[in-house]
Formats: sequence, C-alpha cells, structure tokens
Amino acid sequence: MTWFSIIVSGIVTYFSRMAMVALIDRDMLGTKVKEVLNYVPAAVFPAIIFPGVFFNDFGSFVEITDPKIYGATVALVVGFYSRNVIATIVSGLLSYWFIIFFLLK
Amino acid sequence: MLSKSKIFFKGTVAVLPHMLSVIPFGIITGAIGVELGFDPILVYATSLIIFGGASQIIFMQLLSGGASSLVAITSVGVINSRHLLYGAVLSEYLEKLSLIKKLIISYFIVDQGFAESNKYIKQNKNLSNPHYYVLGTGVTLWFCWQISTISGIILGSFIPEELGLKFAIPLTFLAIIVNDLRKLDHVYVMLVSGFASLILFDAPFKSYIILSPIVALIAAFIMLRFKK
Repeated sequence: MTWFSIIVSGIVTYFSRMAMVALIDRDMLGTKVKEVLNYVPAAVFPAIIFPGVFFNDFGSFVEITDPKIYGATVALVVGFYSRNVIATIVSGLLSYWFIIFFLLK
Repeated sequence: MLSKSKIFFKGTVAVLPHMLSVIPFGIITGAIGVELGFDPILVYATSLIIFGGASQIIFMQLLSGGASSLVAITSVGVINSRHLLYGAVLSEYLEKLSLIKKLIISYFIVDQGFAESNKYIKQNKNLSNPHYYVLGTGVTLWFCWQISTISGIILGSFIPEELGLKFAIPLTFLAIIVNDLRKLDHVYVMLVSGFASLILFDAPFKSYIILSPIVALIAAFIMLRFKK
C-alpha cells in the first residue's frame, strides 16, 4: 500500500513538472499571461519564506523577539547589498546561532 | 559561443551555494523517514520517485500518523503543484526541444534550479542551449539530494537538532529573491504572497503553498492593468 502511494505521488509530482513544459504550446499563453509569469519567483518563494520565519514547529506565530526574525533580517540586509547566495545564507545562520547559543544561554 | 558542457557546468556552479541548505535538509528527510518507522528502501524510494523535499516529509508523516493514502497523495500533489508555475516559465526556453528531451528535463525541475536558471537565462537572452543550464542545475541538485537522503537514512540524524538547520530553508529562498527587492513591483508581489501564506497557513493539505502564489499572481495581473 505504501509502495502504491509512493508511486502515485511520484506520478502526480512528475506530471506537475512536465505538464507545462511538454503538453502546453507556448503560443496558447497570451502576452498578458507571459507578463504575469515574470512574477513567478516573487509569488512562490515568499510563501515558503514567511511561514518558515514567522511560524514555529507547531504552526503558531513566533514572538516578535524570535531569533529567526533577527536571523532573517540580517540575511536580508547582507543579501541585498552583497547579492551573494552564500553570504545571505551564512550570515542568517550565524546571527541566528549567535542569538540562540550566546545571548539566550 | 559557450559549448553545451560549459553551459551545463555554469548551471552546476550556480546551485552549489544552495547546498548549504539542501544537504542538511536531505539528511533530515532521510533520518525522519527512518525514525517514523519506514523501511529504509521505502524512504529512499520517496527521494527517487517523488523527489521533492517538503512533500516527502509530509507524505511520510501523514502515512505514519494513520492518514489514508488518498490524503497523503493529495497533499503531495498540492505541495508540488507549484512546479506547474515553474514549467510555465521554463517552457519558453525549452519549447524547441523534442518531446523526449522535454520529458527527461521535466524530472529535474526543482525550486532552486528553476530560480537560478530563470535568472541566468533572462540575463543571457541569446544563449544557444538554455536547456543545458536547466539540466546542470537540476542534475546537480538531484545528485546531492539522493546522496544526502541516503546519508540521513544510514547515519540517522547526525546533525544536532539544536542547530535548527531547518531555518536554512527559508534562507535559501530568501537568497534567491533578495535581489528582486530592488524592483518595487516585485516587492509588492512578494508581500502579497508572504502575507497570504501567513493567513492561509492552516488551509487543508498545505494548500497555502499554491494558494498564496495564485493570490500574488492575481495581484500582479491587477497591478499590470493599472500600470497601463
């Protein structure tokens, strides 16, 4: 039964990856749709970032003083000015660890 | 003109920084599967067959918690439906390929790979073989994902939980979009998506992951109408 679920889930997931690439003719999309598609990264990734920062493991809002909020703020500033992926991630993690291991101890 | 292998390699290099979050996430995914009591082969099968981090964890948690297969499969489908949006964007760069190539490349479409490919191809409009870049990002992420989940399955969660490495996931995605904060129209769409995700977080089947982008894209559509 589990194997069955994995395989069906795999097919569903593969379909989501393949459908637009292989089955849809690009000309079927109007210019308006294409313009809107420019915003796909801006529309998708915040929906992963915001809950990851503002919710805890139990799905409730974190306090405004939560270390994740500070870590994300540092990463945001460093990323904005450095335009560098490693600097963004590392600065966020390091400032987060600094708070949980040194300031909160 | 860049050779095909050079373009592929550029894609590989572009996603390497994201390994900072992909590898720990893969290890955690493998370790959680085993902890939940699944056969190691089954846990690995999710990485090979489903190949989508967050959806694999939810899938195993639901099944081990006694949810029906239908619920587990629906959740995976809902979480992974965001790939439809990636595909719609990438189709522009892949449309000249044969069907068989499209079918192969599709398997390798992943969040970070999509984001880096989209960025690079937009900046290099005259790139002759953009699909090699997409493949370079996807294949690299695929290998790292397979190896890191296998390590998590074999070694268990050898990363101390106190490190809170789950926090690296929002950080990778932040790194992807942070440069677009220079464009006000993008900032507006990001804020709509972010606040929508906080409001819709409790919607069934984790559907906030696809509902928030849809709300944000509708907001973008409305914004574009007013601009004219």
